Amino acid sequence: MGAGHAHAMYVHQHSLVHHLAPEVKIAAALAFTVVVVATPRERVAVFGAYAVIILALAVLSRIPALWLAKRCLIELPFVATALLLPFFAAGPKTTVLGMSLAVEGLWGGWNILIKGTLGVLIALTLAATTLPRDLLVGLDRLKAPQAITQIAMFMLRYLEVLADEARRMRIARLSRLDDPRFLWQVKGFATGLGSLFIRSYERGERVFLAMRSRGYTGRLPAALHAETLGSARQWAAGAIVPVLAAAILIIWGYA
Amino acid sequence: MTSLDITDLHYSYPDGHQALHGVNLSVSEGERVALLGPNGAGKTTLVLHLNGILPAPNMPGAQGSVTVGGLKADPRDRAALAEIRRRVGLVFQDPDDQLFLPTVREDVAFGPANLGLKGAELDARVDDALAWVGMTEVKDRAPHHLSLGQRRRVAVATVLAMDPQLLVLDEPSSNLDPQARRELAEILLNLPVTMLMVTHDLPYALQLCERSVILDEGRIAADGPTREILSDTALLAKHRLELPFGFTPLATTP
Repeated sequence: MGAGHAHAMYVHQHSLVHHLAPEVKIAAALAFTVVVVATPRERVAVFGAYAVIILALAVLSRIPALWLAKRCLIELPFVATALLLPFFAAGPKTTVLGMSLAVEGLWGGWNILIKGTLGVLIALTLAATTLPRDLLVGLDRLKAPQAITQIAMFMLRYLEVLADEARRMRIARLSRLDDPRFLWQVKGFATGLGSLFIRSYERGERVFLAMRSRGYTGRLPAALHAETLGSARQWAAGAIVPVLAAAILIIWGYA
Repeated sequence: MTSLDITDLHYSYPDGHQALHGVNLSVSEGERVALLGPNGAGKTTLVLHLNGILPAPNMPGAQGSVTVGGLKADPRDRAALAEIRRRVGLVFQDPDDQLFLPTVREDVAFGPANLGLKGAELDARVDDALAWVGMTEVKDRAPHHLSLGQRRRVAVATVLAMDPQLLVLDEPSSNLDPQARRELAEILLNLPVTMLMVTHDLPYALQLCERSVILDEGRIAADGPTREILSDTALLAKHRLELPFGFTPLATTP
Protein backbone atom coordinates (compact mmCIF):
# COMPACT_ATOMS: atom_id res chain seq x y z
CA MET A 1 0.00 0.00 0.00
CA GLY A 2 1.70 3.17 -1.05
CA ALA A 3 -0.07 5.21 1.59
CA GLY A 4 1.70 8.46 2.39
CA HIS A 5 3.26 8.54 5.81
CA ALA A 6 3.31 12.32 6.15
CA HIS A 7 0.51 14.52 7.36
CA ALA A 8 -0.44 17.06 4.74
CA MET A 9 -0.71 20.00 7.09
CA TYR A 10 1.85 19.26 9.79
CA VAL A 11 5.37 20.68 9.74
CA HIS A 12 7.57 18.42 11.82
CA GLN A 13 9.68 20.64 14.06
CA HIS A 14 10.51 20.98 17.72
CA SER A 15 9.65 24.46 18.84
CA LEU A 16 7.98 26.19 21.77
CA VAL A 17 4.77 26.41 19.76
CA HIS A 18 4.86 22.74 18.77
CA HIS A 19 5.19 21.69 22.39
CA LEU A 20 2.27 23.73 23.70
CA ALA A 21 -0.74 21.63 24.71
CA PRO A 22 -3.25 21.46 21.82
CA GLU A 23 -6.18 22.90 23.77
CA VAL A 24 -4.07 25.98 24.60
CA LYS A 25 -3.23 26.54 20.93
CA ILE A 26 -6.82 26.08 19.77
CA ALA A 27 -8.14 28.53 22.34
CA ALA A 28 -5.41 31.06 21.49
CA ALA A 29 -6.04 30.81 17.74
CA LEU A 30 -9.77 31.22 18.26
CA ALA A 31 -9.33 34.25 20.54
CA PHE A 32 -6.90 35.84 18.09
CA THR A 33 -9.38 35.38 15.25
CA VAL A 34 -12.15 36.97 17.29
CA VAL A 35 -9.93 40.00 17.95
CA VAL A 36 -9.10 40.27 14.23
CA VAL A 37 -12.76 40.12 13.24
CA ALA A 38 -13.68 42.73 15.86
CA THR A 39 -11.20 45.25 14.45
CA PRO A 40 -12.69 48.20 12.47
CA ARG A 41 -11.69 47.83 8.83
CA GLU A 42 -10.30 51.35 8.52
CA ARG A 43 -7.48 50.67 11.00
CA VAL A 44 -4.96 49.48 8.43
CA ALA A 45 -1.96 49.87 10.75
CA VAL A 46 -3.59 47.63 13.38
CA PHE A 47 -3.92 44.83 10.82
CA GLY A 48 -0.25 45.38 10.01
CA ALA A 49 0.57 44.82 13.66
CA TYR A 50 -1.44 41.57 13.67
CA ALA A 51 0.46 40.40 10.61
CA VAL A 52 3.73 41.07 12.44
CA ILE A 53 2.51 38.93 15.38
CA ILE A 54 1.72 36.00 13.08
CA LEU A 55 5.01 36.40 11.29
CA ALA A 56 6.86 36.30 14.60
CA LEU A 57 4.87 33.20 15.53
CA ALA A 58 5.74 31.51 12.23
CA VAL A 59 9.43 32.28 12.72
CA LEU A 60 9.25 30.95 16.28
CA SER A 61 7.61 27.72 15.06
CA ARG A 62 10.13 27.42 12.19
CA ILE A 63 7.46 27.12 9.52
CA PRO A 64 8.99 27.73 6.06
CA ALA A 65 7.59 30.91 4.47
CA LEU A 66 6.99 29.16 1.15
CA TRP A 67 4.97 26.46 2.90
CA LEU A 68 2.73 29.13 4.46
CA ALA A 69 2.38 30.99 1.15
CA LYS A 70 1.38 27.84 -0.75
CA ARG A 71 -1.20 26.75 1.82
CA CYS A 72 -2.67 30.28 1.75
CA LEU A 73 -3.97 29.55 -1.75
CA ILE A 74 -6.99 27.91 -0.15
CA GLU A 75 -8.21 31.46 0.39
CA LEU A 76 -8.47 32.19 -3.36
CA PRO A 77 -12.27 31.80 -3.74
CA PHE A 78 -12.76 34.43 -1.06
CA VAL A 79 -10.22 36.69 -2.69
CA ALA A 80 -12.28 36.51 -5.86
CA THR A 81 -15.37 37.69 -3.98
CA ALA A 82 -13.36 40.47 -2.38
CA LEU A 83 -12.11 41.60 -5.80
CA LEU A 84 -15.62 41.71 -7.25
CA LEU A 85 -17.08 43.87 -4.49
CA PRO A 86 -15.57 47.23 -5.64
CA PHE A 87 -17.21 46.77 -9.05
CA PHE A 88 -20.68 45.91 -7.89
CA ALA A 89 -21.23 47.79 -4.61
CA ALA A 90 -23.48 50.87 -4.64
CA GLY A 91 -22.61 54.31 -3.25
CA PRO A 92 -19.99 57.00 -3.95
CA LYS A 93 -17.38 56.11 -6.59
CA THR A 94 -13.69 56.78 -6.93
CA THR A 95 -11.43 56.34 -9.95
CA VAL A 96 -8.43 54.00 -9.87
CA LEU A 97 -6.40 53.40 -13.08
CA GLY A 98 -9.31 54.68 -15.12
CA MET A 99 -11.82 52.30 -13.51
CA SER A 100 -14.75 53.58 -11.56
CA LEU A 101 -14.85 51.73 -8.23
CA ALA A 102 -17.25 52.01 -5.30
CA VAL A 103 -15.57 53.31 -2.14
CA GLU A 104 -17.85 51.17 0.03
CA GLY A 105 -16.98 48.16 -2.12
CA LEU A 106 -13.26 48.82 -1.82
CA TRP A 107 -13.49 48.88 1.96
CA GLY A 108 -15.74 45.83 1.92
CA GLY A 109 -13.29 43.92 -0.27
CA TRP A 110 -10.34 44.97 1.88
CA ASN A 111 -12.24 43.89 4.98
CA ILE A 112 -12.82 40.36 3.62
CA LEU A 113 -9.31 40.10 2.23
CA ILE A 114 -7.34 41.16 5.31
CA LYS A 115 -9.49 39.42 7.91
CA GLY A 116 -9.67 36.27 5.79
CA THR A 117 -5.91 36.22 5.25
CA LEU A 118 -5.11 36.72 8.92
CA GLY A 119 -7.63 34.04 9.88
CA VAL A 120 -6.17 31.59 7.36
CA LEU A 121 -2.64 32.35 8.54
CA ILE A 122 -3.39 31.70 12.20
CA ALA A 123 -5.28 28.51 11.30
CA LEU A 124 -2.33 27.35 9.20
CA THR A 125 0.08 28.07 12.03
CA LEU A 126 -2.12 25.98 14.32
CA ALA A 127 -2.28 23.14 11.79
CA ALA A 128 1.45 23.27 11.11
CA THR A 129 2.34 22.95 14.78
CA THR A 130 -0.28 20.44 15.92
CA LEU A 131 -0.83 16.86 14.73
CA PRO A 132 -4.40 16.16 13.56
CA ARG A 133 -5.02 13.74 16.38
CA ASP A 134 -3.73 16.25 18.94
CA LEU A 135 -6.15 18.80 17.53
CA LEU A 136 -8.95 16.36 18.31
CA VAL A 137 -7.58 15.73 21.78
CA GLY A 138 -7.52 19.49 22.31
CA LEU A 139 -11.08 19.92 21.07
CA ASP A 140 -12.16 17.12 23.36
CA ARG A 141 -10.51 18.77 26.37
CA LEU A 142 -12.20 22.05 25.46
CA LYS A 143 -15.46 20.11 25.88
CA ALA A 144 -16.40 20.01 22.21
CA PRO A 145 -19.30 17.55 21.74
CA GLN A 146 -17.92 14.00 21.72
CA ALA A 147 -20.07 13.02 18.76
CA ILE A 148 -18.21 15.55 16.63
CA THR A 149 -14.69 14.75 17.86
CA GLN A 150 -15.35 11.03 17.46
CA ILE A 151 -16.62 11.45 13.91
CA ALA A 152 -13.56 13.54 13.07
CA MET A 153 -11.31 10.92 14.64
CA PHE A 154 -12.89 8.16 12.56
CA MET A 155 -12.44 10.28 9.47
CA LEU A 156 -8.77 10.67 10.30
CA ARG A 157 -8.36 6.93 10.67
CA TYR A 158 -10.50 5.67 7.80
CA LEU A 159 -9.93 8.26 5.10
CA GLU A 160 -6.86 6.43 3.88
CA VAL A 161 -8.51 3.02 4.15
CA LEU A 162 -11.40 4.33 2.06
CA ALA A 163 -9.15 6.06 -0.46
CA ASP A 164 -7.23 2.82 -0.78
CA GLU A 165 -10.42 0.88 -1.36
CA ALA A 166 -11.53 3.40 -3.99
CA ARG A 167 -8.13 3.13 -5.67
CA ARG A 168 -8.33 -0.66 -5.81
CA MET A 169 -11.86 -0.53 -7.22
CA ARG A 170 -10.74 1.94 -9.85
CA ILE A 171 -7.77 -0.20 -10.89
CA ALA A 172 -10.05 -3.24 -11.10
CA ARG A 173 -12.41 -1.24 -13.33
CA LEU A 174 -9.62 -0.02 -15.56
CA SER A 175 -8.32 -3.58 -15.82
CA ARG A 176 -11.63 -4.51 -17.38
CA LEU A 177 -11.20 -1.81 -19.99
CA ASP A 178 -13.31 0.88 -18.39
CA ASP A 179 -11.95 4.12 -19.82
CA PRO A 180 -14.01 6.97 -18.42
CA ARG A 181 -12.88 10.13 -20.18
CA PHE A 182 -16.20 11.72 -21.01
CA LEU A 183 -19.16 12.66 -18.91
CA TRP A 184 -21.45 10.03 -20.48
CA GLN A 185 -19.01 7.30 -19.44
CA VAL A 186 -19.33 8.17 -15.80
CA LYS A 187 -21.61 5.24 -14.97
CA GLY A 188 -18.86 2.92 -13.71
CA PHE A 189 -17.50 5.63 -11.47
CA ALA A 190 -20.92 6.51 -10.11
CA THR A 191 -21.89 2.94 -9.27
CA GLY A 192 -18.43 2.47 -7.79
CA LEU A 193 -19.16 5.39 -5.51
CA GLY A 194 -22.44 3.75 -4.52
CA SER A 195 -20.83 0.46 -3.63
CA LEU A 196 -18.06 2.29 -1.77
CA PHE A 197 -20.77 3.94 0.31
CA ILE A 198 -22.40 0.59 1.08
CA ARG A 199 -19.05 -0.92 1.95
CA SER A 200 -18.16 1.92 4.30
CA TYR A 201 -21.56 1.63 5.90
CA GLU A 202 -21.05 -2.07 6.49
CA ARG A 203 -17.52 -1.46 7.70
CA GLY A 204 -18.91 1.09 10.14
CA GLU A 205 -21.17 -1.57 11.54
CA ARG A 206 -18.30 -4.04 11.94
CA VAL A 207 -16.08 -1.40 13.57
CA PHE A 208 -18.88 -0.65 16.01
CA LEU A 209 -19.26 -4.34 16.89
CA ALA A 210 -15.52 -4.63 17.43
CA MET A 211 -15.57 -1.55 19.66
CA ARG A 212 -18.49 -2.86 21.69
CA SER A 213 -16.65 -6.15 22.11
CA ARG A 214 -13.96 -4.19 23.90
CA GLY A 215 -16.38 -2.51 26.25
CA TYR A 216 -17.29 0.67 24.34
CA THR A 217 -20.38 2.31 25.77
CA GLY A 218 -20.57 5.52 23.76
CA ARG A 219 -17.76 7.58 25.26
CA LEU A 220 -14.07 7.24 24.56
CA PRO A 221 -12.24 6.52 27.82
CA ALA A 222 -10.53 9.65 29.14
CA ALA A 223 -7.45 7.62 30.11
CA LEU A 224 -6.61 7.24 26.41
CA HIS A 225 -5.10 10.71 26.23
CA ALA A 226 -4.30 11.68 29.78
CA GLU A 227 -0.79 12.97 29.07
CA THR A 228 0.44 16.55 28.57
CA LEU A 229 -2.51 18.50 29.88
CA GLY A 230 -2.00 22.24 29.44
CA SER A 231 -0.36 23.62 32.60
CA ALA A 232 -1.02 27.10 33.95
CA ARG A 233 2.32 28.20 32.47
CA GLN A 234 1.31 26.85 29.05
CA TRP A 235 -2.00 28.67 29.22
CA ALA A 236 -0.15 31.87 30.15
CA ALA A 237 2.25 31.42 27.23
CA GLY A 238 -0.61 30.68 24.85
CA ALA A 239 -2.48 33.76 26.02
CA ILE A 240 0.35 36.07 24.93
CA VAL A 241 -0.75 36.14 21.27
CA PRO A 242 -4.46 36.98 21.68
CA VAL A 243 -3.79 39.32 24.63
CA LEU A 244 -1.19 41.22 22.63
CA ALA A 245 -3.60 41.49 19.71
CA ALA A 246 -6.41 42.63 22.00
CA ALA A 247 -4.15 45.27 23.56
CA ILE A 248 -3.27 46.61 20.12
CA LEU A 249 -6.95 46.68 19.22
CA ILE A 250 -7.96 48.57 22.38
CA ILE A 251 -5.10 51.08 22.23
CA TRP A 252 -5.08 51.85 18.49
CA GLY A 253 -8.16 50.20 17.02
CA TYR A 254 -10.86 52.13 18.84
CA ALA A 255 -8.91 55.28 19.58
CA MET B 1 -13.24 -26.19 34.79
CA THR B 2 -15.54 -25.12 31.99
CA SER B 3 -14.53 -21.91 30.29
CA LEU B 4 -17.37 -21.71 27.80
CA ASP B 5 -20.72 -23.43 27.89
CA ILE B 6 -23.30 -23.03 25.13
CA THR B 7 -26.61 -24.87 25.51
CA ASP B 8 -29.34 -25.17 22.91
CA LEU B 9 -28.61 -21.85 21.26
CA HIS B 10 -31.12 -20.70 18.63
CA TYR B 11 -31.01 -17.47 16.71
CA SER B 12 -32.91 -15.92 13.81
CA TYR B 13 -32.02 -12.66 12.18
CA PRO B 14 -34.74 -9.98 12.12
CA ASP B 15 -35.34 -10.77 8.44
CA GLY B 16 -36.46 -14.27 9.46
CA HIS B 17 -33.33 -16.11 8.34
CA GLN B 18 -32.52 -18.68 11.01
CA ALA B 19 -28.77 -18.91 11.55
CA LEU B 20 -28.47 -21.14 14.62
CA HIS B 21 -30.60 -24.24 15.17
CA GLY B 22 -29.69 -25.37 18.68
CA VAL B 23 -25.95 -25.25 19.20
CA ASN B 24 -24.42 -27.13 22.13
CA LEU B 25 -20.74 -26.64 22.85
CA SER B 26 -18.59 -26.80 25.92
CA VAL B 27 -14.94 -25.72 26.07
CA SER B 28 -12.70 -26.45 29.07
CA GLU B 29 -10.14 -24.07 30.43
CA GLY B 30 -6.85 -24.13 28.54
CA GLU B 31 -8.33 -25.92 25.52
CA ARG B 32 -7.72 -24.74 21.99
CA VAL B 33 -10.69 -25.52 19.76
CA ALA B 34 -11.07 -24.94 16.03
CA LEU B 35 -14.54 -24.05 14.78
CA LEU B 36 -14.75 -25.32 11.22
CA GLY B 37 -17.55 -24.94 8.74
CA PRO B 38 -18.42 -23.77 5.26
CA ASN B 39 -19.38 -20.20 4.42
CA GLY B 40 -22.82 -19.34 5.72
CA ALA B 41 -22.76 -22.06 8.39
CA GLY B 42 -23.45 -19.57 11.17
CA LYS B 43 -19.88 -19.28 12.47
CA THR B 44 -19.84 -15.49 12.72
CA THR B 45 -23.32 -15.45 14.25
CA LEU B 46 -22.15 -17.92 16.88
CA VAL B 47 -19.03 -15.88 17.59
CA LEU B 48 -21.10 -12.72 18.14
CA HIS B 49 -23.09 -14.63 20.77
CA LEU B 50 -19.97 -15.44 22.77
CA ASN B 51 -19.64 -11.97 24.23
CA GLY B 52 -23.28 -10.98 24.13
CA ILE B 53 -23.21 -8.70 21.07
CA LEU B 54 -26.05 -10.93 19.92
CA PRO B 55 -28.84 -11.34 20.72
CA ALA B 56 -30.18 -7.86 21.27
CA PRO B 57 -32.49 -7.57 24.30
CA ASN B 58 -36.05 -8.88 23.76
CA MET B 59 -35.26 -10.43 20.44
CA PRO B 60 -37.79 -12.98 19.22
CA GLY B 61 -36.20 -16.15 17.89
CA ALA B 62 -33.35 -16.04 20.41
CA GLN B 63 -33.19 -19.04 22.72
CA GLY B 64 -30.68 -20.94 24.79
CA SER B 65 -27.81 -19.73 26.89
CA VAL B 66 -24.13 -18.81 26.72
CA THR B 67 -22.10 -19.09 29.92
CA VAL B 68 -18.53 -17.84 30.19
CA GLY B 69 -16.56 -18.92 33.25
CA GLY B 70 -19.80 -19.52 35.15
CA LEU B 71 -21.32 -16.16 34.21
CA LYS B 72 -24.43 -16.26 32.03
CA ALA B 73 -24.77 -13.73 29.20
CA ASP B 74 -28.09 -11.95 29.64
CA PRO B 75 -28.81 -9.15 27.15
CA ARG B 76 -30.66 -7.21 29.83
CA ASP B 77 -27.91 -7.40 32.48
CA ARG B 78 -25.43 -4.74 31.38
CA ALA B 79 -22.96 -5.28 34.23
CA ALA B 80 -22.71 -9.00 33.48
CA LEU B 81 -22.34 -8.22 29.78
CA ALA B 82 -19.42 -5.88 30.47
CA GLU B 83 -17.69 -8.58 32.47
CA ILE B 84 -18.34 -11.14 29.72
CA ARG B 85 -16.86 -8.78 27.14
CA ARG B 86 -13.77 -8.52 29.29
CA ARG B 87 -13.52 -12.30 29.63
CA VAL B 88 -14.06 -13.02 25.94
CA GLY B 89 -11.65 -11.34 23.55
CA LEU B 90 -12.96 -11.25 19.97
CA VAL B 91 -10.42 -10.73 17.20
CA PHE B 92 -12.29 -9.81 14.04
CA GLN B 93 -11.25 -11.06 10.65
CA ASP B 94 -10.40 -7.67 9.14
CA PRO B 95 -7.93 -5.77 11.36
CA ASP B 96 -9.18 -2.54 9.78
CA ASP B 97 -12.49 -3.18 11.52
CA GLN B 98 -10.76 -3.66 14.82
CA LEU B 99 -8.11 -0.95 14.75
CA PHE B 100 -9.89 2.37 14.61
CA LEU B 101 -7.72 4.81 16.57
CA PRO B 102 -4.92 6.94 15.12
CA THR B 103 -2.06 5.06 16.81
CA VAL B 104 -1.40 1.46 17.79
CA ARG B 105 -0.80 2.45 21.41
CA GLU B 106 -4.21 4.11 21.74
CA ASP B 107 -5.94 1.20 20.09
CA VAL B 108 -4.39 -1.35 22.42
CA ALA B 109 -5.26 0.94 25.36
CA PHE B 110 -8.89 1.30 24.27
CA GLY B 111 -10.18 -1.93 25.82
CA PRO B 112 -8.40 -1.70 29.19
CA ALA B 113 -9.24 2.02 29.40
CA ASN B 114 -12.89 1.06 29.00
CA LEU B 115 -12.35 -1.24 31.98
CA GLY B 116 -11.31 1.83 33.97
CA LEU B 117 -7.53 1.40 33.92
CA LYS B 118 -5.36 4.49 33.65
CA GLY B 119 -1.87 5.87 34.08
CA ALA B 120 1.05 3.52 34.66
CA GLU B 121 -1.21 0.49 35.02
CA LEU B 122 -2.73 1.15 31.59
CA ASP B 123 0.71 1.69 30.02
CA ALA B 124 1.92 -1.59 31.51
CA ARG B 125 -1.05 -3.45 30.03
CA VAL B 126 -0.36 -1.96 26.61
CA ASP B 127 3.34 -2.81 26.76
CA ASP B 128 2.67 -6.37 27.92
CA ALA B 129 0.07 -7.02 25.23
CA LEU B 130 2.32 -5.67 22.48
CA ALA B 131 5.25 -7.70 23.82
CA TRP B 132 3.18 -10.90 23.62
CA VAL B 133 2.67 -10.40 19.91
CA GLY B 134 6.15 -8.97 19.28
CA MET B 135 4.86 -5.59 18.13
CA THR B 136 6.46 -3.31 20.72
CA GLU B 137 8.35 -1.32 18.13
CA VAL B 138 5.23 -0.19 16.22
CA LYS B 139 3.59 1.30 19.32
CA ASP B 140 3.50 4.86 18.01
CA ARG B 141 2.76 4.07 14.36
CA ALA B 142 -0.60 4.47 12.67
CA PRO B 143 -2.43 1.16 12.06
CA HIS B 144 -2.92 1.86 8.35
CA HIS B 145 0.84 2.11 7.87
CA LEU B 146 1.43 -1.47 9.02
CA SER B 147 1.42 -4.64 6.93
CA LEU B 148 -1.58 -6.96 7.19
CA GLY B 149 0.42 -9.44 9.28
CA GLN B 150 1.44 -6.70 11.69
CA ARG B 151 -2.09 -5.32 11.88
CA ARG B 152 -3.47 -8.75 12.69
CA ARG B 153 -0.92 -9.17 15.48
CA VAL B 154 -1.83 -5.75 16.86
CA ALA B 155 -5.51 -6.72 16.66
CA VAL B 156 -4.70 -9.74 18.84
CA ALA B 157 -2.88 -7.42 21.25
CA THR B 158 -5.94 -5.14 21.53
CA VAL B 159 -7.91 -7.96 23.15
CA LEU B 160 -4.97 -9.48 25.06
CA ALA B 161 -4.69 -6.12 26.81
CA MET B 162 -8.09 -6.81 28.38
CA ASP B 163 -6.69 -9.97 30.01
CA PRO B 164 -9.28 -12.31 28.49
CA GLN B 165 -10.02 -15.86 29.63
CA LEU B 166 -11.21 -16.91 26.21
CA LEU B 167 -9.66 -15.69 22.99
CA VAL B 168 -11.90 -15.97 19.93
CA LEU B 169 -10.24 -15.52 16.54
CA ASP B 170 -12.19 -15.15 13.30
CA GLU B 171 -10.16 -16.49 10.37
CA PRO B 172 -6.79 -15.48 11.83
CA SER B 173 -4.74 -16.82 8.92
CA SER B 174 -6.75 -15.37 6.03
CA ASN B 175 -4.74 -13.39 3.46
CA LEU B 176 -1.47 -13.75 5.35
CA ASP B 177 1.72 -14.70 3.55
CA PRO B 178 3.23 -18.03 4.68
CA GLN B 179 5.77 -16.41 6.97
CA ALA B 180 3.26 -14.10 8.67
CA ARG B 181 0.94 -17.09 9.01
CA ARG B 182 3.62 -19.15 10.75
CA GLU B 183 4.70 -16.26 12.99
CA LEU B 184 1.10 -15.74 14.09
CA ALA B 185 0.80 -19.47 14.82
CA GLU B 186 3.88 -19.33 17.04
CA ILE B 187 2.46 -16.35 18.92
CA LEU B 188 -0.93 -18.02 19.38
CA LEU B 189 0.64 -21.28 20.58
CA ASN B 190 2.49 -19.38 23.30
CA LEU B 191 -0.54 -17.56 24.68
CA PRO B 192 -1.74 -19.01 27.99
CA VAL B 193 -5.45 -18.61 27.24
CA THR B 194 -8.35 -20.77 26.16
CA MET B 195 -8.83 -20.31 22.44
CA LEU B 196 -11.64 -20.74 19.97
CA MET B 197 -10.52 -20.29 16.38
CA VAL B 198 -12.92 -19.94 13.47
CA THR B 199 -11.23 -21.03 10.27
CA HIS B 200 -11.33 -22.66 6.84
CA ASP B 201 -7.60 -23.23 7.04
CA LEU B 202 -7.59 -26.90 8.05
CA PRO B 203 -3.79 -27.32 8.37
CA TYR B 204 -3.81 -24.29 10.66
CA ALA B 205 -6.50 -25.92 12.78
CA LEU B 206 -4.38 -29.07 12.98
CA GLN B 207 -1.29 -27.10 13.97
CA LEU B 208 -2.97 -24.97 16.64
CA CYS B 209 -5.95 -26.87 18.02
CA GLU B 210 -6.10 -30.33 19.51
CA ARG B 211 -9.89 -30.35 19.18
CA SER B 212 -12.18 -29.33 16.32
CA VAL B 213 -15.91 -28.88 15.92
CA ILE B 214 -17.74 -28.60 12.63
CA LEU B 215 -20.63 -26.16 12.48
CA ASP B 216 -22.99 -26.57 9.55
CA GLU B 217 -26.47 -25.22 8.97
CA GLY B 218 -26.55 -23.79 12.46
CA ARG B 219 -25.76 -27.05 14.27
CA ILE B 220 -22.66 -28.75 15.60
CA ALA B 221 -22.16 -31.57 13.10
CA ALA B 222 -19.00 -33.12 14.51
CA ASP B 223 -16.81 -32.72 17.57
CA GLY B 224 -13.54 -34.54 18.21
CA PRO B 225 -9.74 -34.52 18.02
CA THR B 226 -8.66 -32.43 15.05
CA ARG B 227 -6.56 -35.18 13.52
CA GLU B 228 -9.49 -37.62 13.51
CA ILE B 229 -11.89 -35.11 12.05
CA LEU B 230 -9.49 -34.10 9.30
CA SER B 231 -8.85 -37.76 8.45
CA ASP B 232 -12.54 -38.40 7.86
CA THR B 233 -12.80 -37.42 4.19
CA ALA B 234 -16.46 -38.31 3.92
CA LEU B 235 -17.33 -36.10 6.89
CA LEU B 236 -15.34 -33.18 5.48
CA ALA B 237 -16.91 -33.54 2.04
CA LYS B 238 -20.39 -33.61 3.55
CA HIS B 239 -19.78 -30.19 5.13
CA ARG B 240 -18.01 -28.52 2.22
CA LEU B 241 -14.59 -28.67 3.87
CA GLU B 242 -11.49 -29.63 1.91
CA LEU B 243 -7.89 -30.28 2.72
CA PRO B 244 -5.31 -28.50 0.56
CA PHE B 245 -3.93 -30.53 -2.33
CA GLY B 246 -1.36 -33.06 -1.20
CA PHE B 247 -2.01 -32.55 2.52
CA THR B 248 -2.53 -35.63 4.69
CA PRO B 249 -3.18 -34.96 8.37
CA LEU B 250 -1.81 -38.36 9.42
CA ALA B 251 1.58 -37.61 7.93
CA THR B 252 2.19 -34.43 9.92
CA THR B 253 3.30 -34.28 13.53
CA PRO B 254 2.22 -31.30 15.55
